[in-house]
Amino acid sequence: MASSLADTTKWPPHFGFGHAATEQEIKLWDIDIRPDGLGLPSGSGTVAQGKAVYVVKCAACHGMEGRELPGVKLPAPALVSDTLAGSRPKTIGNYWPYATTVFDYIRRTMPYNLPGSLNDNEVYSLTAYLLSANQIISPNTIINAQTLPAVVMPAKKLYVRDDRKGGKEVK
Amino acid sequence: MEEKDKKSSGNISRRALLGGALATAILPVSSAFAKYVQVGAPIDDPTKKLGPGPGKLGKRSPFEQPLKKPSDISSRTPLQDLYSTITPADLHFERHHAGVPTIDPAKYELLIHGMVDKPMKFTLHDLKRFPSVTRTCFLECAGNFRSGSEQLTPQDILGLTSQSEWTGIMLSTLLREVGVQPKASWFLAEGGDAAVMTRSIPVSKAWDDAMIVYAQNGEAIRPEQGYPARLLLPGWEGNMNIKWLRRLEFADEPWFTREETSKYTYPVKDRIRYFSFEMDARSIITYPVFPQKVERGWIEIRGIAWSGRGKVLKVEVSTDAGKSWNTANLQEPVLSKAHTYFRYLWYWNGDATEIASRVIDETGYTQPTLKQLAEARGTAIGGYHMNPITAWQIRPDGSVLFYPEKV
Repeated sequence: MASSLADTTKWPPHFGFGHAATEQEIKLWDIDIRPDGLGLPSGSGTVAQGKAVYVVKCAACHGMEGRELPGVKLPAPALVSDTLAGSRPKTIGNYWPYATTVFDYIRRTMPYNLPGSLNDNEVYSLTAYLLSANQIISPNTIINAQTLPAVVMPAKKLYVRDDRKGGKEVK
Repeated sequence: MEEKDKKSSGNISRRALLGGALATAILPVSSAFAKYVQVGAPIDDPTKKLGPGPGKLGKRSPFEQPLKKPSDISSRTPLQDLYSTITPADLHFERHHAGVPTIDPAKYELLIHGMVDKPMKFTLHDLKRFPSVTRTCFLECAGNFRSGSEQLTPQDILGLTSQSEWTGIMLSTLLREVGVQPKASWFLAEGGDAAVMTRSIPVSKAWDDAMIVYAQNGEAIRPEQGYPARLLLPGWEGNMNIKWLRRLEFADEPWFTREETSKYTYPVKDRIRYFSFEMDARSIITYPVFPQKVERGWIEIRGIAWSGRGKVLKVEVSTDAGKSWNTANLQEPVLSKAHTYFRYLWYWNGDATEIASRVIDETGYTQPTLKQLAEARGTAIGGYHMNPITAWQIRPDGSVLFYPEKV
């Protein structure tokens, strides 16, 4: 790397700019969820509760059933499909490798017009409803911080890490 | 215009217009003159009219109107209207997922936590106090390829790439400040927009050349580009360069966020490829292109080439539909992970042909054809990380049309 871009060794170990972050400050923004469940909050949700929330807060953009309908262009992506479908539309059931991502994404950015407005139980419920509608879990499963990371997604086995490395090969 | 007007404007043109221009300075314009002097348009002879004085903000000539082309989710740089590799900041492509947030720089803070010795927060003022670095590099959206019609411009085909001179601090400087622990192998970058956009990034990139930038082309970064501060990962797919950056969390595993699973992944044969970070080498001719027309004789073919893996080593241009390839001139300096301008002088004899460019980067990678990409990845090829050779048809009447290929 050009020397103009590299740090010099003459710098002090610390400049002393910035301030220590408090536990409260970190807690306020630390909203991410990992596949192993790290970061999931307390609370829980059911498929039935999720369906009720979905109809009120999600259906306007994703359609009443969350499915792709012939000749209808929804403002938002389809969320539900038969996981056995040959065409493999990119829905949660067909394409998402981890169930925890569903919770994380809904909580951080949905509904589109009122992002971050759902409480944790609503997010658990919506996650339960969408996993059930995609035939990943049975309709009576309760979704919480313990059960969500245990859900095995059908698409996980399809995922392979990028092995492009430059050089002559086209990959 | 009516016949009578045409004739009279031809008769009086120069003398009357000059007289009219002078007259406007001191006399009311008569209705007879008003017919010939276009109100609001520049006068024919600028040496005969005092222009406006200095102002507080510059603007483009009214004769130059390069424009981004917006869709619902993105806005494309007019590559065919640019003359060098720096993209004017207001023409830099945009891609955002929940609109452009309004962030007060006085309230802005960046939180760094997780596997670090000292979790810390930095204000914008703090960030600007650290030693700074300036670097020119491109940013390209990973989903930057369109085809399907002859009537496409470079802007339509791959206008989701732009280049700026970025200024900020090396991320490694902040890593030392907080004491990133050896076990930390990934970090999560999170934006302060309504999508609270997140991506997992290997820590090695943070130690290599990642930056947090607050300026673009010499001025504060534009809101569409992440004001007041964004992550810059030179050569890596645009989506990872988190805008409106507000949080970095260090950990020993990636998060598999929505943007790195259900988006920015793509089918390769019967599998789904994830964590595609580097943008492969690519080039495109930006002159002559649709909808321009060319004339018989000398034509300087011009374009841009780049690689997310380092420097452009060579650009080759074909003027015979790919049968032979000729080395183009590269505009110095050739920078790493940067748009590089190329030129190739060609004499067009008026016959129908196709012109195309291909780049070879310093890793030895040669820009592939669409067919080669399809052979490597399968025909269910997605829109991500597509970098095929792009050809243009030259018709005998001088018209230039895109050559759309099918996989």
